[in-house]
Amino acid sequence: MSETVAGLLQVGLLIVALAVVYRPFGDYMARVYTSTKHSRVERAIYRTARVDPGSEQRWGTYAQAVIAFSFVGVVVLYVLQRIQSVLPFDFGRGNVSPGMAFNTAISFVTNTNWQSYVPESVMGHTTQMVGLTVQNFLSAAVGMAVAVALLRGFLRSQTDRLGNFWVDLTRGTIRILLPVAGLFAIVLVATGVVMSLKSGVTVDGQTVATAPVASQEAIKELGTNGGGVLNANSAHPFENPNGWSNLIEIFLILLIPVCLTRTFGTMVGNRKQGYVLLGVMGVLWTAMLAVIWTAEANGLRPLEGKETRFGIPSSALFANTTTATSTGAVNAMHDSFTGLGGGGTLLNMLFGEMTPGGVGTGLYSILVMAIIAMFLAGLMVGRTPEYLGKKLGRREVAAAAVSILAMPTVMLVGAGIAAILPATQGALNNPGSHGLSEILYAYASASNNNGSAFAGITVTNDWFQASLGVCMALGRFIPIIAVLCLAGSLAKQKRVPVTAGTLPTTGPLFATLLTGAIVLVAALTFIPALALGPIAEALL
Amino acid sequence: MTTTINPPQRTPEKTQVSAGIFSPRQLVDSFPDALRKFHPRHQLRNPVMFVVWVGSILVTVFAIGDPSTFTIAVAVWLWATVLFANLAEAVAEGRGKAQADSLRKTKKDAVARLTTGETVPGTELKIGDLVVVEAGEVIPGDGDVVEGIATVDESAITGESAPVIRESGGDRSAVTGGTTVLSDRIVVQITTKPGESFVDRMIALVEGAERQKTPNEIALTILLSTLTIIFLLAVVALQPFAIFSGGEQSVIVLTALLVCLIPTTIGALLSAIGIAGMDRLVQRNVLATSGKAVEAAGDIDTLLLDKTGTITWGNRRATEFIPVGGASLDALVDAARLSSLADGTPEGRSIVELCVTEYGRSAEPTDQEKAGEFVPFTAQTRMSGIDLGDRRVRKGAASGFVLTDETRRVVDEISAQGGTPLVVSDNSAGGTSTVLGVIRLSDVVKPGMRDRFAELRAMGIRTVMVTGDNPLTAKAIADEAGVDDYLAEAKPEDKMALIRKEQEGGRLVAMTGDGTNDAPALAQADVGVAMNTGTSAAKEAGNMVDLDSDPTKLIEIVEIGKQLLITRGALTTFSVANDLAKYFAILPAMFAAIYPQLGGLNVMGLHSPNSAILSAVVFNALIIVVLIPLALRGVRYKPSSASALLRRNLLIYGLGGIVTPFAGIWLIDLLVRLIPGIG
Repeated sequence: MSETVAGLLQVGLLIVALAVVYRPFGDYMARVYTSTKHSRVERAIYRTARVDPGSEQRWGTYAQAVIAFSFVGVVVLYVLQRIQSVLPFDFGRGNVSPGMAFNTAISFVTNTNWQSYVPESVMGHTTQMVGLTVQNFLSAAVGMAVAVALLRGFLRSQTDRLGNFWVDLTRGTIRILLPVAGLFAIVLVATGVVMSLKSGVTVDGQTVATAPVASQEAIKELGTNGGGVLNANSAHPFENPNGWSNLIEIFLILLIPVCLTRTFGTMVGNRKQGYVLLGVMGVLWTAMLAVIWTAEANGLRPLEGKETRFGIPSSALFANTTTATSTGAVNAMHDSFTGLGGGGTLLNMLFGEMTPGGVGTGLYSILVMAIIAMFLAGLMVGRTPEYLGKKLGRREVAAAAVSILAMPTVMLVGAGIAAILPATQGALNNPGSHGLSEILYAYASASNNNGSAFAGITVTNDWFQASLGVCMALGRFIPIIAVLCLAGSLAKQKRVPVTAGTLPTTGPLFATLLTGAIVLVAALTFIPALALGPIAEALL
Repeated sequence: MTTTINPPQRTPEKTQVSAGIFSPRQLVDSFPDALRKFHPRHQLRNPVMFVVWVGSILVTVFAIGDPSTFTIAVAVWLWATVLFANLAEAVAEGRGKAQADSLRKTKKDAVARLTTGETVPGTELKIGDLVVVEAGEVIPGDGDVVEGIATVDESAITGESAPVIRESGGDRSAVTGGTTVLSDRIVVQITTKPGESFVDRMIALVEGAERQKTPNEIALTILLSTLTIIFLLAVVALQPFAIFSGGEQSVIVLTALLVCLIPTTIGALLSAIGIAGMDRLVQRNVLATSGKAVEAAGDIDTLLLDKTGTITWGNRRATEFIPVGGASLDALVDAARLSSLADGTPEGRSIVELCVTEYGRSAEPTDQEKAGEFVPFTAQTRMSGIDLGDRRVRKGAASGFVLTDETRRVVDEISAQGGTPLVVSDNSAGGTSTVLGVIRLSDVVKPGMRDRFAELRAMGIRTVMVTGDNPLTAKAIADEAGVDDYLAEAKPEDKMALIRKEQEGGRLVAMTGDGTNDAPALAQADVGVAMNTGTSAAKEAGNMVDLDSDPTKLIEIVEIGKQLLITRGALTTFSVANDLAKYFAILPAMFAAIYPQLGGLNVMGLHSPNSAILSAVVFNALIIVVLIPLALRGVRYKPSSASALLRRNLLIYGLGGIVTPFAGIWLIDLLVRLIPGIG
């Protein structure tokens, strides 16, 4: 069986697996967020946290809760890293330096999982398990909560209440993330992923690091987090031992972002609305897979850094999926991709992480883009623009605009300053266009909360730790606040009935429009920068 | 005094001072105004053009520091971009001013004689003042007739030459300031303050002085500002990347790139589109109180249309001859024709028409028939007819005739079906008059209404016919006209309830009305168009007044509202789609020196880096001028489904927007390369 056929079979298997779980799992998630019942465990949590699960929040309160919760998460993670030396299972790795601890704390709370550290030599098991892994769950649940709040904005009318953040957070964690991650941790152990509290094993005099990998591997992919327990991430045989584990990990990455479109369709009462978003995500994901795959298959570069264990198709599939979902786990070195292939992974992030994007974030990002597209489309059919029964006026467009502006702003400002800092030249492995690609990739990854690294750039100096940390925080929370504000203003509106004059948003025309908007916004914003990086490389 | 008023002959050309056609002369005429708009205070109102304005200053400063043909040319064309944007707005305002002037002409300064005997200038009238106006005098302000009856010449405002009757009480009591009383004497109670009348408000709107941005325009401005910020970031960040790559760019080139990328086309034309939209409304003799109302018109989901006058002719037309008492159909047709040959009323004409079209009779009287003496309709006899020697042919209301039981049944049946029966009698057979039969007069649906409603349905608008008729008649007419729904035996309260019900479901409702009892419904409707012939109360309650008092105008108003939004959306799409070609022109020009492979992006084969950049800048400026006529006229609008409209506009303005600049920049480059110092 040739590599290509094997690759196509993997893609086919992946799509079949997703298709099988799409309806039941999507509908299950819809029930999770619409059910009025609380489980005993949840009630205990609410009692302990002194939360009244019956009370609902305005958008401002919801946003404050998100920010406050995330801020506490950052502080806790920072402190854990800084006092690591007194915690168990630290194996003498000592306290994490302030810059690195700051960067890492933000990185895991923002669901980015950008890693400026080498886990095996920096993080102890306690920090990993109590700190980083906990945030892998919580940051994912936060993303889903925000997406659900936006859906409620579309669904509800003439109310200022968007639901209760603490309830959404708890349910997402307990009813969705924990059971699925638990199940797949066991499955991954079965495929050979390591699960050990030891610091390493010594074989033939060589010590190879080990860790409680499997339990974190499952949520790393399921929550589109991407932070590896081992430095080589999913390229490491302990994290990703074989073809099956590779495919399972890709499946886990796509599971929630893909099925949330079903949740969306079910919740808004028109499943076609969900299918059309899935269609747009699928088309862009497939197109970019084709670009990266062919670029890698036909690449003329030397094999330096190329992954040979999984081969080109599996590397392309993983790379495309991880960059299109804001995950950032890698099973191959993106820096060693061809100009076009590497540029493809970069472009995936620059689309704004919505093809299909991260857990929750992908859904709300594509809905924001749909609002912009429908605003223009509404004008072109001569009606005050509307989407899903809500008018798109001044407030809605402003909120959507802020949400869309955040990522390019922090990314371009960060990368722009980095490009002219003298210290940057020393941090890069490569000069010229590939060097610029490395800078662009780092800031795109941080600003989009992806977390994958082109590598090839040493990001441990204070400037990179601080600036990338700020990019991750702003790239995460500005859109979240804007999206919640948008949800608030949508919820206040009456619902506009669907009439014969309503522009349908379930057909190929809307899909084309939305796809065009995603591509055009990314292209127009980033073509100048890309021209000097990956485009110059690819045309060589 | 005969009070029959012929239907006024419309002469719409009269008020169309500024014709819809755009002439290059208007550009020249508006030049001084355009120059005045360079003031920073004015530029600040438009974020996109403000960026161009600042860029022009920046480039000028740098061009002075480093003068060359290229730098000076870029500076000149950036200023030209600002100028063209100013020009677009000035032309639109100029046309608005012409409209305003024609409206202002109606505001003759009249002296008002109060009932107290005092004389005050028309500009100093207060609400509630009672003013006496006699034949030959100009009515000094808007108000209601509270005493007397008079014929009034309203041609100054409506363009209709036929005088109209205005009388106290009832629905024809409103008079407009600036119109002239032709006969008799009336006392008018002033209802609006001078300077706040409908005409005053409209003048302010079309002149642009009071033009406030509509909600939709604000939302679009936010989107355009967002795009501007994104491009500002992309271009500003490009410099450090260029420095990193060893190819630092000049401020002039970066500014040129920025101006080419930000949505200048729509930014320049946005206010012109809005002004022109109001202008188109005035050209159709509709006055609106706000631009918001015009936009709302584009969103209408439900149209309430009065049956009479809108859907049907209102006057009754002959549709059937029913012989009675053994008389032959031929005899009835002949008698009916004879009685109506000299009858000039619409009913009479329709009878002759039916005889001609259905029964092959002649429309022209024979010489013998001409000799007959026409007996006109009087209120006493309630019949009309013709005397031919001894022969007396009559037609008229049933009450004027002695009816058999059979005839009575026919007459009652026609009445019950909402028609009007006309009884025909003839005494040719013997000495006494015999009833030959009954003519059925029906309310006839205007031709073309069915198609019109089908168009509206395609646009997603539901039409509801409102009528005082009984449900049976209403249904028959509703079916014939093809409206979606009807409200029979409607009282004003029912209309109001219907509007409320529709609005509760989130629908936007438009209606027309003229009577005082329509006022609450007009106020409740999202778009309320009051007829100019109506009462002041109705006009105050609605947000538009139709000077022609033509209820079908509502359909045109909806189209104007839609066209306004479509023009904005189409030009925004075009503007953004243009950027792709500009990247292909400018990026290779900037960076082919450091990365020769980027020269491959120069798909247009532009001559040199300088000519490429300049060509893109020139195209960006000229496209504004090219699109001014489109902005003023509005993009072509054909009623169709939302999807069809979107598909069409995406194709023309989206795809067209991608392709056009490739051709345009390539062509301009062919000329620009000839300039010494550029090529």
